[in-house]
Amino acid sequence: MATVASPASDLALHERLLEHWETRPGLFGVFGTVDHKTIGKRYLVTAFVFLILGGIEASIMRLQLAHGDLRLVTPEEYNQLFTLHGATMIFWYASPVLSGFSNYLWPLLIGARDMAFPRLNAYSYWTFLLSGVFLYSSLLVGQAPDGGWFAYVPMTRAEFSPGLNLDFYALALILLTISTTAGAINFIVTVFKLRAPGMSINRIPILMWGTTTTSFAALFALPSLTVACVMLYLDRRFGTRFFDAAGGGHPLLWQHLFWIFGHPWVYIVVLPAMGIVSDALPTFCRRPLVAYTVVALATVTTGILGFGVWVHHMFATGLAPLAISFFSAASFAITIPSAIAVFAWIATIWHGRPVIRTPFLFMAGFIVLFVIGGVSGVATAAASFDQQLTDTYFVVAHIHYVLIGINLFPVAAGLYYWFPKMTGKLMDERLGRWNFWTMFVGFNLGFFPMHISGLLGMPRRIYTYPSGIGWDTVNLITTVGAFLFAVGVLLLVINVVRSRLRGAPAGPNPWDGPTLEWATSSPPPPYNFAVIPTVGSRHPLWEKRLEESGRSVLDEGPTLEAEKTTLETSPLDGQLTDVLHMPEDTLYPVLHALALMATFYGLLVRSTWLSVAGAVLVLALTIGWLWPTARALEEA
Amino acid sequence: MAMRSPLVLVAMLAACEGAPSYLQGRGYVADREATLGWVLLAIASAVVVVIAILVLGATFRRRPPGGDLIREGGGMRWIVIGAIIVPSVILLGTTIYSTVVLARVARPAAKPSIVVQVIGHRWWWEVRYPGTSPAEAFATANEIHIPVHQPVQLELSSADVIHSFWIPQLAGKMDLIPGQTNVTWIEADTAGAYRGQCGEYCGLQHAGMRMSVVADSPAEFTRWLQAQRQGAAAPAADLAAAGEQVFQRSACAVCHTVRGSEAGGAVGPDLTHFASRATLAAGVLPNTQGNLAGWVANPQGIKPGVIMPAVPLRPADLHAVIAYLQALK
Ligand code: HEC
Ligand SMILES: [Cu+2]
Repeated sequence: MATVASPASDLALHERLLEHWETRPGLFGVFGTVDHKTIGKRYLVTAFVFLILGGIEASIMRLQLAHGDLRLVTPEEYNQLFTLHGATMIFWYASPVLSGFSNYLWPLLIGARDMAFPRLNAYSYWTFLLSGVFLYSSLLVGQAPDGGWFAYVPMTRAEFSPGLNLDFYALALILLTISTTAGAINFIVTVFKLRAPGMSINRIPILMWGTTTTSFAALFALPSLTVACVMLYLDRRFGTRFFDAAGGGHPLLWQHLFWIFGHPWVYIVVLPAMGIVSDALPTFCRRPLVAYTVVALATVTTGILGFGVWVHHMFATGLAPLAISFFSAASFAITIPSAIAVFAWIATIWHGRPVIRTPFLFMAGFIVLFVIGGVSGVATAAASFDQQLTDTYFVVAHIHYVLIGINLFPVAAGLYYWFPKMTGKLMDERLGRWNFWTMFVGFNLGFFPMHISGLLGMPRRIYTYPSGIGWDTVNLITTVGAFLFAVGVLLLVINVVRSRLRGAPAGPNPWDGPTLEWATSSPPPPYNFAVIPTVGSRHPLWEKRLEESGRSVLDEGPTLEAEKTTLETSPLDGQLTDVLHMPEDTLYPVLHALALMATFYGLLVRSTWLSVAGAVLVLALTIGWLWPTARALEEA
Repeated sequence: MAMRSPLVLVAMLAACEGAPSYLQGRGYVADREATLGWVLLAIASAVVVVIAILVLGATFRRRPPGGDLIREGGGMRWIVIGAIIVPSVILLGTTIYSTVVLARVARPAAKPSIVVQVIGHRWWWEVRYPGTSPAEAFATANEIHIPVHQPVQLELSSADVIHSFWIPQLAGKMDLIPGQTNVTWIEADTAGAYRGQCGEYCGLQHAGMRMSVVADSPAEFTRWLQAQRQGAAAPAADLAAAGEQVFQRSACAVCHTVRGSEAGGAVGPDLTHFASRATLAAGVLPNTQGNLAGWVANPQGIKPGVIMPAVPLRPADLHAVIAYLQALK
């Protein structure tokens, strides 16, 4: 093992490392790269494209609902719009955007050179992208899913929905779960095996606690969704009767399967975002996070409790009051770990010295939105009141405070915070402030009144409503606010693009941040760190000034320049155990994903020929991918 | 915005008297749910205000000038008090309160003497009053009558997909699920008509699946029951009698029942006393002559996607059918 102590600026070393790590230019590089930074950025950009698509769908709906009795779109179009909107935002934006941050950041946060399984990482991305393409191809044939994002049976069985709409839904989701499962495994192995020496598990950033928790949650929750979608597809196309009451099945089986997955999913799309805040806020408060350990444990606790509350989506299905009160109490209890995070953030600001820059604004705004979304959630936990609230606009308000407040606002904060790292350019601060205030005001103007329309008895998922029964004004305000909010999101995109082209140079650590990613250049070289650091504390770049006892070593250590390798360490203490060979760029992931998509199109149009050909191709590519390399054979 | 929320809420609710708001209960169950709701919303608003003040205070409080990074330490008290002790007390209180409400509204004090069966269809409500003997049983649609101040048992089921029975001012939702019968109850404490709507997305015309519950005085209710039990009287006027002929001859009778006539279809709502209902097409339109003519001539124009087709009729026949339907008092 090459444990050469060598200055990080050594040009010869740089050249040698580039040789192993740089992605070749040209088409092969574009489709074959396994660099986590490229994959992470692609995740982010793709997720934002889906955000914009979902936003366009939402805008059309808001126009239709601006006043009662409008006829801008037909009921059929409206139902496709809200289904696509919900599915897009929840499945193809909210979770992938966080995977984008994690993919980009993790190896940088832990001083590694890539994720544990770089090819699998590329594969997660390609299947994510292609599952989204698969979903949206439904628009080409005018048969987008129209069963709502949770697609309750029996309405979604072939009996009542003979078109391709729900086949697109079921198959696209199965494809996506493949992507997410692969990603989850990758995160779990990376966090436990690839941390730099000395980085014991209690020194990882909270973002990593968040993503690790959600990765475990995904592994346990996703099978439930996959099974549900497979059963739905079989019911629809092969005449099985899993969900048919007349055939001995039961419609509620779908609801249980869906929500056993669906509620943990809510935490999957917020815990890493909360982690972003826990990690970025301290930089702007000029102090470490208050109660790191408690926040980390609260994150894990939330992930676990998240599996015990799914029935609160089903309080009106006629379950026994005893069962209902159990799940109601559990839903109240899950508030505590969230409260811990909120007070840790407030205490961090209080006991810190806040520097008010755009990321800080987004995070401070986020705390308030988080609490609004939290308390409206508590209202729905009260079972008998929820029997009123459920399926009204109150719930629509709640999910938007959760998904936009607790996901998009931290994501914006994270973008402003890490954009300089990703691109080497600073984002425009003035535009940033405009960006924050339009988003914040627009969001509250648009979504707060939804609580009120809900309390006024307006159900969700209605393509129109009678005017003159008291719903017109609130809906008009909502529409105006929603468009203001859309302008805010557009400003974010404009700022990203403009700063990318013309931003001021950032330097390695523009915010004076405490963690490892700020120790390398911006943007980081393909190999991340010339010297693998040794970590002595939670804040390697602050420890001297904080007079902490730990001592990290950043410019001396293993350089691993002989081959494409990274270090493997022990799961808890982070003690060096081995050197791992990392794979080269390869086309297998993208080809495998394409073959899988072809198979799914075969299943969609029920072409035995295409399905079988696709499946054979998938098998062949799997064998090719796993074929042992010369080195593996040597070692064996 | 956030901080003004409770005031905004009260102001807007006051301004919207016409809306079917469940914060203004008019029945045993809804009253208790509404009180619980107000308590929860008050606590929620208070929490939001306190947190917003804390965030602003934490950000802008005066600090000694200068200095570099601040060392760790301090702050645990925030968590113990703010995130554990205070919320635990509040949450325990609300959990107990809401469980008590759940138990109190679960079933009425005495077993209801009136049973109404509601069967969900895409996109209308079949309503059956089984009575105490088969002779008393009858069916109607989209408009449920109950006596005020009396608990009424509802037996909910579905003929196709999942729907949800919801009269906001009388009680929270209960789903209508194929393959099972959910039992719940309502009791109105003020006479009047209450607007309701399907509470679970059920396809194209989910938005047009409305209904009403009319709480009558006991005497009115008995009169209504007796009238509904009768079959339709033979039409007196010539035009209406001609309309009945058209109705029987054309597709109408295949889908609709008019008790006391030959029409016995079961696809659409029972029309025996159609003219006694205040609304048309599952609560979508007031039941006026103009609306009725528009509906029969082109149901798809009013509820796009609805199961009832436009039955081609000559203008004179249409005119007669309308007269017939309007005579079904
Ligand atoms: C294919 C079956 C079918 C045929 C044929 C049909 N209807 Fe209907 N009808 C329905 C259904 C289903 C509804 C419920 C529509 C809704 O509100 O969603 C309905 C509703 C109605 C209503 C409103 C009932 C209410 O209380 O809201 C009237 C009136 C009516 N039909 C009259 C007629 C007349 C007159 C004809 C013949 C010209 C006719 N229907 C033919 C199925 C049919
Ligand atoms: Cu319905």
